[in-house]
Amino acid sequence: MKNTLPRLLLLPAAVVGSLSLFALKTETAVLPDADNAGLKLPAGFGALKVAETGGRARHITVTPQGTIYVKLNRPNSAGKGILVLREASNGKATVSSGFGNYGGTGIYSTPEYLYASSDQEVFRYKLNSKGEVTNPEQPEKIITGLVNRKQHESKSITLDKAGNIYVNVGAYSNSCQVKDRQKGSLGIQNCPVLDSAGGIWQFKADKLNQTYGNGIRYATGLRNVVGLDWNAQTNQLFVMQHGRDQLYDNFPSLYTSKQSAELPAECMYALKRGDNAGWPYIYYDGQQRKKMMAPEYGGDGKKEATGNYLEPAAAYPAHTAPDALLFYTGTMFPEKYRNGAFIAFHGSWNRAPEPQKGYYVVFQPFKDGKPSGDWEVFADNFAGSAANAAAGRPEHKPCGLAQGPDGSLYVTDDKQGTIYRIVYAKK
Amino acid sequence: MKFLLAALGLLTWSSGTAVAQKKPAPKAKPATATIPAATLTAGKAVYVQNCLTCHQADGGGVDGLNPPLTKTTWVLGDKTRLVKVVLNGLQGEDIDGEPYNNVMPAFDILTDQQIADVLTYVRNSFGNKASAIKAPEVKTIRATNKK
Repeated sequence: MKNTLPRLLLLPAAVVGSLSLFALKTETAVLPDADNAGLKLPAGFGALKVAETGGRARHITVTPQGTIYVKLNRPNSAGKGILVLREASNGKATVSSGFGNYGGTGIYSTPEYLYASSDQEVFRYKLNSKGEVTNPEQPEKIITGLVNRKQHESKSITLDKAGNIYVNVGAYSNSCQVKDRQKGSLGIQNCPVLDSAGGIWQFKADKLNQTYGNGIRYATGLRNVVGLDWNAQTNQLFVMQHGRDQLYDNFPSLYTSKQSAELPAECMYALKRGDNAGWPYIYYDGQQRKKMMAPEYGGDGKKEATGNYLEPAAAYPAHTAPDALLFYTGTMFPEKYRNGAFIAFHGSWNRAPEPQKGYYVVFQPFKDGKPSGDWEVFADNFAGSAANAAAGRPEHKPCGLAQGPDGSLYVTDDKQGTIYRIVYAKK
Repeated sequence: MKFLLAALGLLTWSSGTAVAQKKPAPKAKPATATIPAATLTAGKAVYVQNCLTCHQADGGGVDGLNPPLTKTTWVLGDKTRLVKVVLNGLQGEDIDGEPYNNVMPAFDILTDQQIADVLTYVRNSFGNKASAIKAPEVKTIRATNKK
């Protein structure tokens, strides 16, 4: 009798044990949704909706342990601005908790720390060995006092491998006119916006309460960067600029509305310290592949820019709003994607009355650390239909990108808060 | 818009035969019925030239950037506040609880008649229905408008 009881107890435990082994075996594969989450993808790829967060999901990061952190543009109904998502083995996730009572865009993780930004500050949280935040209510404030005047307010962030963090401070202006966005208003000489915005600032990733005086204006003349990433292959910062708006609205005698829809290109820049990309004095014409003088500063649509301004590394359709940049270093996707760039285009509004464009994730091939060959649309139909896209009424707007530990590509949507995961099914 | 104008024409011309069958007994005539088509055409021209890029062809605006002109108290409510938005521009105001981050420049270069026309057009397009705004009203508001 004494011996049979433990044996009887062991039996169900053994059954449960083998059942869970069985469960593990059958569920390890992350299965794409039957409709690939509504996306159009290249052959061999599939997609699933990981979660519906219901919030304006901006940027995203996934820890080596697979914990997903999503930055919301504003706190949700529970007052949380950062969501923590945990995945089941089939890839579907639930929001397990949240913290941070501030809205914003930027979020980035190293194995040791999680970094997140509001529209004027950057915070750092300690991660434990499970990828969990240990101090959700007491983050370290590492950067403070950044300019936020509503327009181009996002403070996107990324880190290099030498302990520096890079923060975008977008220009609080379209083209540094005396009267912002006013028809015919000319540009202010020595544009004062550039003192505190319209560029990328470099700070230390581990020092508290830094502000402009503690940082370095790493690169200037960048109107608004939302997507940026450190290229570990070339050890260089790459950024995506949102080009200026309203050439026709403000200078109807120099541009047609059709030209205004196609100008200027959205540009990728490979930055070195001290670079100047030329905003607001110039814009980039992607069709002529020329830097042009801005009409606010003496341009007429034909005059090329003078001055020593940085050449873009690549150019994309006007006004399509690149909101995330990610260098792919995983091994899940085929060889051609390795060390290339994915770019999430949030989609246009400034092409009206011409059809709107974007709402897709683009792949830009790279070779030896430089864009090489034509970009291609990688994941399309976030809008739900071509008609939705053309009307500027998409169902979803891609905004953030992250690479999972297995090499999956995660995409956020700040329209409905859907989190997507794109996987490659080896054949 | 052509369709809307055609529909308006139909409404004024044959007030309530085929239309009445579809929509039973709307007692009060829609406000649009009293607004001359010429006013709406003139208003639309001002809209296309000055407003469409930001507020879009359907008046729906752009999420988080440019507010919609549909079903908002700013468009349908107090005329003085609405005229002042056009005269002075707007930034940093929440519209019906939603923040919008873009800048609206001042359109005080438009004439009283152009402002009256475009606001009458906006108040009677995109599903909106509200009374017309007249040029003398704009003139009065402009005269007391503080810069």
